[in-house]
Amino acid sequence: MIEVTTDWYLTLAALLFSIGFIGMMVRKNALIMFMCIELMLNAVNLTFITASKHFGQIEPQISVFFVLVVAAAEVVVGLAIIVSIFKKQETASVDILRSSRG
Amino acid sequence: MLDLFLFAIPAAFVLAGALIVIFAKNPVHNAMGLVLTLASLAVVYITLNATFVAMVQMLVYAGAVMTLFLFVIMMIGVDKAEQTKEEIKGQTFLVLGTLILLGSLLTYIVINSGFKWDLWFPAVDYSIEGTPDVLAGSLFTSWIFPFEVISILLIVAATAAIALAYDTKTRRDDD
Repeated sequence: MIEVTTDWYLTLAALLFSIGFIGMMVRKNALIMFMCIELMLNAVNLTFITASKHFGQIEPQISVFFVLVVAAAEVVVGLAIIVSIFKKQETASVDILRSSRG
Repeated sequence: MLDLFLFAIPAAFVLAGALIVIFAKNPVHNAMGLVLTLASLAVVYITLNATFVAMVQMLVYAGAVMTLFLFVIMMIGVDKAEQTKEEIKGQTFLVLGTLILLGSLLTYIVINSGFKWDLWFPAVDYSIEGTPDVLAGSLFTSWIFPFEVISILLIVAATAAIALAYDTKTRRDDD
């Protein structure tokens, strides 16, 4: 009989975060890098929910709620920036888009 | 045994979707992989008694955010081949170094702990249900100030998105 403990969920969150991080490092398409950021945010959310269950508190779930809202706002602004850059440069590759640096 | 299945099956889907996100070539497939990850995570949340957060996850993430992603993919084209040539000197080595650093760090943690994280306290024996009334009871009393601040953030983000996407040039041509 194997019991599913908190460690299992934390391991899943760590794996999810690592996959998101690797994607962020290797992909060059700005859209896919955005999706990898979402993966990492979700890994953190999973950690929060696991903590909520482990410690019997409701506050971690409220943090997840706030993270969700911030992630939605971030996606809205980020995608608007990608679209407006794409209109000018016809590419979504972050290597070519070096003109945005100061 | 049921516990194990309820954890293992959604967890497998979460990781499979995440791998699709980073390996698929077609951006639409990446987006669908992300939908798979988000929906399976909602199932994991339900097994962790966070039902309201699971529903919000489905509505906001798998619903609204992914629709936005798909809209943008449709707008800027799906058949754009990803650039494979390295433009920045030494980038490959930097990325490899970072990944090796991350990998060794994780391996060190896992070997040291033997999959038993030090959690300071053992798990509590009662379970807390993340139902809307429990969440609202805390959100609208202790956390009312962050809640109001986050509503300002949303308005700012929506305004910024409109300001960024509003194309004055094409607008003038139409008139």
